[in-house]
Amino acid sequence: MKLTTNRRQLIVGAAATLALPAYIRRANAADVTRVAGVHMSPVENAWNSRIHLAFQEAAASGLIEYEFSEGVAPTDYPRAMREYAEGGAQLVWGEAYAVEREAREVAGDYPDTAFLMGSSGGPEGDNFGVFGTRNHEAAYLAGMLAGKMSDSNVFGSVGGYPIPEVNLLINAFRMGVSEVNPDATFLNGFIGAWFDPARAKEAAMAQIDAGADILFGERIGTADAAQERGVKAIGSLIDYTPRYPGTVFANAIWNYGPTIEAIVEDINAGNAVGRDYTEYSFMSYGGNELIYVADDVPADAIPPMEAKQAAIQAGEWDVPINNDEPA
Amino acid sequence: MMEAIDLLLNTSLWAAVLRIATPLIFGVLGALLCERSGVLNLGIEGIMTMGAMVGWLTVYMGGDLWTGLLVAALSGGMMGLLHAMLTVPLGLSQHVSGLGITLFASSLSYYLYRLIVVVGDLPPTIEPFRPLDIPILSDIPGLGPILFSQTVPTYLALLSVVVMAYVLARTPLGLAIRMTGENPHAVEAQGLNPLRIRIGAVVAGSALMAVGGAFLTTAAFNSFFPEMVQGRGWICIALVVFASWRPGKALLGALLFAFFDAYQLRLQTVVEGVPYQLFLMAPYFLSIGALVLVARRAQVPEALMVPYRRGER
Repeated sequence: MKLTTNRRQLIVGAAATLALPAYIRRANAADVTRVAGVHMSPVENAWNSRIHLAFQEAAASGLIEYEFSEGVAPTDYPRAMREYAEGGAQLVWGEAYAVEREAREVAGDYPDTAFLMGSSGGPEGDNFGVFGTRNHEAAYLAGMLAGKMSDSNVFGSVGGYPIPEVNLLINAFRMGVSEVNPDATFLNGFIGAWFDPARAKEAAMAQIDAGADILFGERIGTADAAQERGVKAIGSLIDYTPRYPGTVFANAIWNYGPTIEAIVEDINAGNAVGRDYTEYSFMSYGGNELIYVADDVPADAIPPMEAKQAAIQAGEWDVPINNDEPA
Repeated sequence: MMEAIDLLLNTSLWAAVLRIATPLIFGVLGALLCERSGVLNLGIEGIMTMGAMVGWLTVYMGGDLWTGLLVAALSGGMMGLLHAMLTVPLGLSQHVSGLGITLFASSLSYYLYRLIVVVGDLPPTIEPFRPLDIPILSDIPGLGPILFSQTVPTYLALLSVVVMAYVLARTPLGLAIRMTGENPHAVEAQGLNPLRIRIGAVVAGSALMAVGGAFLTTAAFNSFFPEMVQGRGWICIALVVFASWRPGKALLGALLFAFFDAYQLRLQTVVEGVPYQLFLMAPYFLSIGALVLVARRAQVPEALMVPYRRGER
């Protein structure tokens, strides 16, 4: 028998071969949640980077498929949300802070799509879930380490704006310091911007000049001043130690993975997602953690901190939430 | 209260004033040069962003810091050339073109940055200009740490003020630039080409603005963020009016603004019970106040924002 291929067979065969990957993807897609992230800031900005990374990891593990837009202006934001909802995303992730009303309107128009939004308000309906940023427990533990490390007993902090998520973080750090150091006094500066590292650095310099020798850096730029002046700093959300070795001895890390797993589970189980997912940022879920450089920390500071950490993880003790603006 | 006064005697406050003022000095001199020739350049915010990105990127790709500043200046000059082409020979609206340049240059900077640089959760760094401790001079009590422990671009900024003041007031070139801003017809009658002078002034002024932006990424900090200029360009535009279009007063205005900013950052640490927003507002509020007082006597260049068309009366 002679094996020949005529033109029609060739075309059909080629088309089938080309379509194969798409077919396989479709066949697999049944249990993979399609997620679209709408980031208002560039994804390398600290807060967004934690979320972006967690989504990428979830995608790599096969839990979700992830696509995203970044630098989406508030005026353009509802459109981007709609586009992803129309495009078949099962979960639209976003940040509603600047577009609370519009984001809720869009969610109302797409009842079959799940929405998970960083928000200052509560959840709405069956499909508009919200989350808050919580790495305050790790900040508290970092404070317990810092409290034993200061010579001046003056502790500084530099924040962007005094919104609840920033306030409760700085307050938690202070409570942690005070637990181990009753003589501690505190300084704080807000720079009125999320991304002005030169100004954050100047604010930190001002606090060092006023005697602070440990700084809690809610904003990038804080540790630069600490490094230049030879004092210590603590990072927030992400791990700053590789960038400032010897200066940043502890970081209050925020992990978004548990939140993603929780909402994907709800979606797959057919549960309503119109609820508050903030709890998945808590330490008991692995939503935040302290990482620190043991060599840079006095040995006697570690056991009490670890005892506290165990109590938090076991749910025996909660770090108080204090939204008041730190003075 | 005593603490607030003590802060004023602290040399570190005054050293911070010079650091904070540096990008403003470059920016305000650049804007002043453009406006002295008759062209308002609202592209400044974008041009500073461009300078911040390009200066940083040059160093990141292996250039030295001076090359970084030079390439930043070139990139600013290019943006200035675009603004000049639109507003001088074509005589288009300087407001619209300037704002367009700001939008374009900011977005282009971020786009190029994203294309070229791989960013994780923290942007990559460069080795920035370090503060110089000039031997002997920096040991002078009081003045030493303020004046002689700055980074090199700060000295460059102060030098630029002197050069700008000299060139504008004492050289034929300066006379030609000033005259173009006052009465371009008279310039033409002298056999000079006012269009060329305006284009040259806008290009050079924009280059200065870009160096101001580059200071943020090569001396004040060591990474680039797309939004990091944070309105410093707009402040420079206001400072030009405050300075009544004079370089010496422009320096004074930049220092005054920087003083309020450095002081409020320190006041936040000693004064309790006052909303921090009041402190943050202070530099802007006081600058507006100063503007109101000073600007009434300001001598606006006659032909500012008036396009020159040859042969038109």
